[in-house]
Amino acid sequence: MSAHAMQKLYVFKIFERIWHWSQAGLIIFLLITGFEVHGSYANFGFEKAVNYHTIAAWSLVGLWVFAIFWHFTTGEWKQYIPTLAKVDAMAKYYLFGIFVNAPHPFRLTTLKKHNPLQRLAYLGVMLFIGPLIWFTGWFYIFFDKWHAWGWDKYLSLEWVAFFHTIAAFMMLLFLIAHVYLTTTGHTPLAHIKAMITGWEEVEAEETAPVKH
Amino acid sequence: MNVRGIKRLAAWPALATVTMALVLGWPIMAGAAEEKNEPPPVKMNTTADHSKFKELQQTFKSGPEVTKACLSCHTEAAKQVHRTKHWTWEFLNPENNQRLGKKNVLNNFCISISQNYPFCTSCHVGYGWKDKDFDFTSEVNVDCLACHDTTGNYKKAAGKAGHPLYEPLETPPGSGKFTQPPDLSKIAQKVGKTSRDTCGSCHFFGGGGDGVKHGDMDSSLAAPDKELDVHMDASGLDFTCGTCHKTSSHDVPGSRYTPTAIDKGGAQMRGKAEDAKRNPATCNSCHGNAPHKKQDRLNGHATKLACQTCHVPAMARGGVPTKMSWDWSTAGQRDKDGKPITKKDDKNHIIYESRKGDFVLGEKVKPEYRWFNGKVTYTLLGDKVEKGATPVGINMIGGSPNDGKSLIWPMKVMRGKQPFDPVNKTLVMPHTAGNDDIGYWKNLNWEPAIADGMKNVGAPFSGKVDFLSTEMYWPITHMVAPKDKAVACAECHSAKSRLAGLPGIYMPSYSARSWLDLIGWLLAAATLAGVIIHGALRVFLGRKG
Repeated sequence: MSAHAMQKLYVFKIFERIWHWSQAGLIIFLLITGFEVHGSYANFGFEKAVNYHTIAAWSLVGLWVFAIFWHFTTGEWKQYIPTLAKVDAMAKYYLFGIFVNAPHPFRLTTLKKHNPLQRLAYLGVMLFIGPLIWFTGWFYIFFDKWHAWGWDKYLSLEWVAFFHTIAAFMMLLFLIAHVYLTTTGHTPLAHIKAMITGWEEVEAEETAPVKH
Repeated sequence: MNVRGIKRLAAWPALATVTMALVLGWPIMAGAAEEKNEPPPVKMNTTADHSKFKELQQTFKSGPEVTKACLSCHTEAAKQVHRTKHWTWEFLNPENNQRLGKKNVLNNFCISISQNYPFCTSCHVGYGWKDKDFDFTSEVNVDCLACHDTTGNYKKAAGKAGHPLYEPLETPPGSGKFTQPPDLSKIAQKVGKTSRDTCGSCHFFGGGGDGVKHGDMDSSLAAPDKELDVHMDASGLDFTCGTCHKTSSHDVPGSRYTPTAIDKGGAQMRGKAEDAKRNPATCNSCHGNAPHKKQDRLNGHATKLACQTCHVPAMARGGVPTKMSWDWSTAGQRDKDGKPITKKDDKNHIIYESRKGDFVLGEKVKPEYRWFNGKVTYTLLGDKVEKGATPVGINMIGGSPNDGKSLIWPMKVMRGKQPFDPVNKTLVMPHTAGNDDIGYWKNLNWEPAIADGMKNVGAPFSGKVDFLSTEMYWPITHMVAPKDKAVACAECHSAKSRLAGLPGIYMPSYSARSWLDLIGWLLAAATLAGVIIHGALRVFLGRKG
């Protein structure tokens, strides 16, 4: 890689970075407290775990309200329009090319800052895991109102919890893969650095003058 | 300083006092005048000082004489009492037409009252029920003092069919120590409202001893602290039994024969017609349906849980153990000299008696939990019973998670083994108490004791005796702890849940240990392994390249 010249590109704006990292913290905290509520292990104690989980959940809801607003007012939502172009190339790269220093098939720009696999994965998180976790979570949070609102005739806590747990496991899988894939930049910490500073180092375009 | 000096000094305070009196004299005298306008002292807790009644200023030779005096003013009282379970020991359950009441039911403590009347009826609100021919229409045989004594000196004597002692009694016989009869005149002159002591003189001692039967009622509730019962706390709210079991016409509400398992009516309102028909002893009747002001989530819990499930964390918390099981099948053992045996535990509580069998006692016992809709069905004498793997229910409670009428209730489940007739396949009513040559407690011989008990109620008995396991449900409702001592979340929301095994519930942290978790964690592990291998390959092959 060092053979290529690098150029810095400002891809992650300040709001996006704050959103990403607070969301990351909240999701990890929600996984920790959530699996305790679920009964997988004991740490805070059930009562505290429930309270923390609820507070963190509402915080994340608030964060998402801002994030949705930001994505639509800035047009950044377009970054998540799915495309199948180069998906096979990406898959091939992660399965083979990455081991032999093959060139990355995707070149990021400020208008296309996610590679096709990222687009699909993030869209999946936002359109599938997200809604699944939110709706089951809200049903869960308002469980005590079901009786008063007459919902207990139609809902079962067991199924709500079941789908909430499925979504939680999917989020966990995403988290593991996502954290690992951050190390696949031109240096292991390059992507993380970019998410902190906003500046991603990308290979300079071929047409651009190359200085050694 | 000489003596005169001391005297002079001593005179100063006297002078000062006189001056003070002159200066302050007017206000003091004005105050005195006001005091004279105060109404004279009066008893504020009653409108009738019974010690002033001529009718009671006499020497009473017997309980019925006292009652006669009471009835000369309280003309309707005896007839009111006659209509109650406390008098008839009989109750027709309107829900299933079972004829219940102490007169008819069996339990797995002392089993039944048949042929044991003079002993059992020391807890009857009457005098003289010594056999099945008792006259239930007698007004003078109503015992007013059992419930209305305020002195604590009135005691109905053992084996006297509800009468107190009228003569000194040598106890134990030959000891030279005499129990004196109560002074009925003084007691009658001080009658008043019922109290924890009067109700407790029977209800604390159900099953033949302190705390034996209920688990949530024993003598520690006579003067409990807040920790033991937040309402009856003697130095706090100081509720009597009647504060919740709000009685009118002598008919005490809140019986366990037809309990209110779920009370959806909310707090009761004075004068409201439909409230008058409701049980005033439920928690909801005062606290309403949403009593948790700060934590609405707990109100949500109350759609599935009885208040008692969280607020009575354990029974028998006052230092008095309750019987958890009673095995009659081991009764009758004698030592090598042929004498009856008594065994005690290290706290000096009896755990074996030849005349009764083995006991298991419990203190601070966590209840068992069951869905309960208030429907109770008894196994009565004559109902067929089978000796089998599952115990026979002395009473069987109704309830399910889905009927909309049930809540999860804390229960004392009394377990035991008791005699039955293996030929007729019925439970039996043995003659136990009594200083005769039939009663089991004295003679330790089942067949004649059971034959006598069954003959008395006109029930068939084959002459064969065997023992079977029984269980009996006692919903727990007393000994309400302060809120900070209520059952904590994690006692149910955990692997070792108090509600373990109950059907129809999904409890976070208890319920979810299933294939979903297995698949979820396997996938997480696979993903983790995958990325580790991927990363290792990158490092390895990258270095090589």
